[in-house]
Amino acid sequence: MQAYEKVSLARAAGRPTALAYIHGVFDDFFELHGDRFFGDDPALVCGIAELNGLSVTVIGLEKGGSTQEKISRNFGSANPEGYRKALRAMKQAEKFHRPVVCLVDTAGAYCGIGAEERGQGSAIAANLVAMMGLKTPVISIMIGEGGSGGAIALAAANEVWILENAYYAVISPEGAASIIWKDAGKVKEACEALQLTAADLARLGIVERVFAEKGDVFAALREALGQALPGYLALPAEKLTEQRYEKFRKVGRSEL
Amino acid sequence: MLKKSSFKRPNNALEGGEAAAEKKEMNEGVCVACPACKRMLFLDELSEALNCCPHCGHHLRLSARERIALTADEGSFAELWPGETGGDPLAFPGYADKLKKAHKASRESESVVTGTCRVGGSPCALFVMEGAFMMGSMGTVTGDKITRLFEYAARENLPVLGFTVSGGARMQEGILSLMQMAKISGAVGRHSDKGLLYLAVLTDPTTGGVTASFAMEADIILAEPGALIGFAGQRVIEQTIRQKLPEGFQRAEFLLEKGFVDAIVPRKEQRSVLGTLLRRHERGSAYAGV
Repeated sequence: MQAYEKVSLARAAGRPTALAYIHGVFDDFFELHGDRFFGDDPALVCGIAELNGLSVTVIGLEKGGSTQEKISRNFGSANPEGYRKALRAMKQAEKFHRPVVCLVDTAGAYCGIGAEERGQGSAIAANLVAMMGLKTPVISIMIGEGGSGGAIALAAANEVWILENAYYAVISPEGAASIIWKDAGKVKEACEALQLTAADLARLGIVERVFAEKGDVFAALREALGQALPGYLALPAEKLTEQRYEKFRKVGRSEL
Repeated sequence: MLKKSSFKRPNNALEGGEAAAEKKEMNEGVCVACPACKRMLFLDELSEALNCCPHCGHHLRLSARERIALTADEGSFAELWPGETGGDPLAFPGYADKLKKAHKASRESESVVTGTCRVGGSPCALFVMEGAFMMGSMGTVTGDKITRLFEYAARENLPVLGFTVSGGARMQEGILSLMQMAKISGAVGRHSDKGLLYLAVLTDPTTGGVTASFAMEADIILAEPGALIGFAGQRVIEQTIRQKLPEGFQRAEFLLEKGFVDAIVPRKEQRSVLGTLLRRHERGSAYAGV
């Protein structure tokens, strides 16, 4: 399948969003609100849930279902307070040695005046540093759109997984088309060139697992998480952060 | 009200950095027009004023080598990993050609120069991004050199001083560029955990994935006057919100007001301020016994 078709599927109306996974994969989700500084960003949901008897912190970028909900959730594009809420949830998970599961589905971090005024760059940067040193396991799953900085802000993880028709890219294909090709019509070319499909990302060593979108995807994820998390939880903190560091350290590592 | 000039000026790599570089070349050897007040400036008067306009004070861009010469104590800079180049890992259309042009325009092998030096007598590890190399965009080599510098500094108990100028993660290396954000952040965190200082100076422009990672991760963040610093590009924001941006939006002074930089330091004061800040942290426990 062409990369462009994958991107279209990742964005398709009716595709399950983060909350569907949260309720489909986990049990007894209890949502936690607010970043304790500014407000509560509805584009990012987080809370505590259970998975096979294990307490888990779940964080998801939520696009919303109905038009009204999409608007109230800003189409899944989080503001700085959303990323700060996620950071609070992650630090809390670290305190209680709960694993963290992030569900990523965003066209990108929000680009607006308020987002800049409240430090979108600073918020994402803080998440990256904290996640790279987090003394509890983190698995991030790309369930739809993995849009650039807004996606990696929740994906500095021990493992990154992706659904078959999700994508993960440095810039939106539209952005690349208009900047590199100077032609907004070259979106298909941009999709191919960016190598953003699940298969591309697996080949490039960016994602550890690709999940087929057939049958019961929720059950497949539940089983995979149930298998992976206990192993990571058993690792000493130092090994856990070392493994995460090396995962990213090797990307684009040149010969010394 | 928005000034006309704020639209004419390239905001980042993606918006005409190359055109700006070309223009400079055309005038090379004689004079340039100040991008802010438009007055013609003779190059020797400009270089005497550290590339700041003697009329309006606008800070014109500097090459990495010029900046090192202005910052490091004379003869103290020792480059680490010079000449390193990456390939074209995604075989991205047109990238090989762009790299060739970038080498030619900047006379650098990549968009960052790394090394060690002394500033006001204090030793530090130094990285300086090169705006003329694809507008300082962060590819895998950029990310790897900066990561290695933080690792080196952590081993050698050195503070890191970094100058940023960047349009963000380099599109032509795709997801591999994006990963450098997490990679560098990991190295910054480890360096920080050793109680070592990271001092950043954000220069015009610092945007995208660089702002959203190591530019904003320093213990002390300084900025040059008037520097454009932000996550999203101005055109992208205007298209998203469908309104004009307020004057001074995303400039260094705006970030100071909003609480995201510690101080704005004019170029002529930088050497002394950086030397003082490095010295203040030398007296701490970090270097002495560790």
